[in-house]
Amino acid sequence: MSELLDLYRTMVRIRAFEDAAEAASQGGVSWGGAATDKVAEVLVKGPLHLSTGQEAVAAGVCAHLGHADLLTSTHRGHGHTLAKGADPARMMCELFGKAGGYNGGKGGSMHIADFSVGMLGANGVVADGLPIAVGAAHALKIQGLDAIAVAFVGDGALNRGPFFEALNWAKVYHLPVLFVCEDNRISATTPSAAMTAGENAASRRAEAMDIPALRVDGNDVQAVSEAAGRLVAEIRSGQGPRLLHAITYRLKGHVSVDPASYRDPLEVQAALENDPITLARDKLATRGLAREAEGIERQARDEIAAAVATARSAPAPEAASAYTDVLTVGEGMWQ
Amino acid sequence: MSAPQQLSYAQAASLALEEAMGANPKVVALGEDLGRGGVFGQYRTADGRPLAAAFPERVLDTPISEAAIMGAGVGMALAGLRPVVELRVVDFALCAIDELVNQAAKNRFMFGGQGRVPLVARMPIGIWTASAAQHSQSFESWFAHVPGLVVVAPGTPADNYGLLKSALEGDDPVAYLEHKELWGLQGEVQPGVAVPLGQCRVAFDAGSDLTLVSWSRQVQVCVQAAGQLAAQGVHAQVIDLRTIWPWDRETVLASAEKSGRLLVVHESIQAAGFGAEIAATVAEHTGARVARLGAPRIPVGYAPVLEAQSRIGADAVVQAARRLLAR
Repeated sequence: MSELLDLYRTMVRIRAFEDAAEAASQGGVSWGGAATDKVAEVLVKGPLHLSTGQEAVAAGVCAHLGHADLLTSTHRGHGHTLAKGADPARMMCELFGKAGGYNGGKGGSMHIADFSVGMLGANGVVADGLPIAVGAAHALKIQGLDAIAVAFVGDGALNRGPFFEALNWAKVYHLPVLFVCEDNRISATTPSAAMTAGENAASRRAEAMDIPALRVDGNDVQAVSEAAGRLVAEIRSGQGPRLLHAITYRLKGHVSVDPASYRDPLEVQAALENDPITLARDKLATRGLAREAEGIERQARDEIAAAVATARSAPAPEAASAYTDVLTVGEGMWQ
Repeated sequence: MSAPQQLSYAQAASLALEEAMGANPKVVALGEDLGRGGVFGQYRTADGRPLAAAFPERVLDTPISEAAIMGAGVGMALAGLRPVVELRVVDFALCAIDELVNQAAKNRFMFGGQGRVPLVARMPIGIWTASAAQHSQSFESWFAHVPGLVVVAPGTPADNYGLLKSALEGDDPVAYLEHKELWGLQGEVQPGVAVPLGQCRVAFDAGSDLTLVSWSRQVQVCVQAAGQLAAQGVHAQVIDLRTIWPWDRETVLASAEKSGRLLVVHESIQAAGFGAEIAATVAEHTGARVARLGAPRIPVGYAPVLEAQSRIGADAVVQAARRLLAR
């Protein structure tokens, strides 16, 4: 049961982080429509792609990774970054565009990264993290390092060329890489079923390239963890690339200011009843661990509240830092 | 230091890469058809052996999969290697332009310096006889527009050796643009001598009536034109830029200050080309009169008479120079 408690802790920390980030981003403008009457302070200025509802995938997969393992993410990367071991206060500083953020305020939510724990970055371009993860896995192989690479990918990325190119590459070079399709069934604001040919495209397209794939209920954190554990073990034992197809649901809009009014309310209601955190909490309660679950929730809320306070009081980056980390050769030639 | 060698432009680059791979196990090369020595022989040693024979684990034949080649190169770099990415011809590199511009060039900055991408993207440019519109383009001005990229365009075997050596030692991504019709050009190469990035070379120096600035294959054309001009009593200095970004502003400005006349010549299309950047900078900083000469804004045609419309010969350079001097 301690394993479920650990998975639960990761999920709850992600949820608390996403809820806090969402609150910090909403200050009067709704997406593609009229201004709302909210006039809260906007602390997260840029687009914020929340992973609320998808926590079980991040938690279940990253439970099997160490800091030596390398990870690339999607534009919805907070959960993966936290689950990989990043510090939520430094993440929040980055979202707030503050000094002390992982990227010094140069990246924001879409480029959240913590290289010190092997998290090589969220990515603003759909599907672009896959070839990067494949290259990272190739580098591990060339250097004889005993680690693997993991690429999270959304179902919306399945129709972009780099998805196919990366899977093919991973297979022909027999690389230690796990692709995780976090299938939330929607591509920005359009149902993926209307946009993607073939049922279960993620797993079936992998299988077409002889990459073994497992399909799993992505809202059942234990099921995700069990499947990911099996695939990661196979990869670590030298059996080549694998794909995990985790079917989940995005409880929020495409970006935090998107009310997702294009969704069928019945579908949303069903999804709320299938919230991965509620499911896990119920499971803990039936095993007499309700008190432990509550403690974990309280701890997560406190931790994230502290992260928000840190980010709120952190100074802005020096303006001069806009000119650093560009090029070493020719540094100073900005015009 | 070993004795100078007579090498082709292709062999010169291969020697620089061979030395780098021998010295540093983190250097890898990946691209289509590299195993047998590269489509132009630019991954073959001077005695004709494929580089892959010496480094079978580190010279990788890849699928025809440009986005993955460049994207994997970025991932390799982030994970500690120093990849050389071959894109066959720059025209096909457009299939990987997102990975080059949005990933390789941006990673260091957008991750706040957490990640570096020491990647050299070799993307051959230029008109290649009778190869028509999709195998003849030059995109140096596109790459020069992208923050985060170093842009290099060697014009001689010595520079292809020395500049690649420097590019391989740097920690930032380099768009390394060799010219497809220079592969066979012979010249003397001094092993061990790197050419610093960002420094131009005076390719011809007859005097200070006129400053001619160029790069890549067009340097030879300019040297030829400067010879013709000298015979007519016009004494020009020809500057081979060698590195497009960062470009050697100081040397160009000093020469233009002295001559009062600047002509930039490049094979790529004149409209919105890098010649405009040089001409404008020189006009802003000196009293020099400036002119540009590049290709017309048309795709490169197949038939010789059509292709010739996109080529800039020495006569055209001489005429442009005389027009500038008459202004």
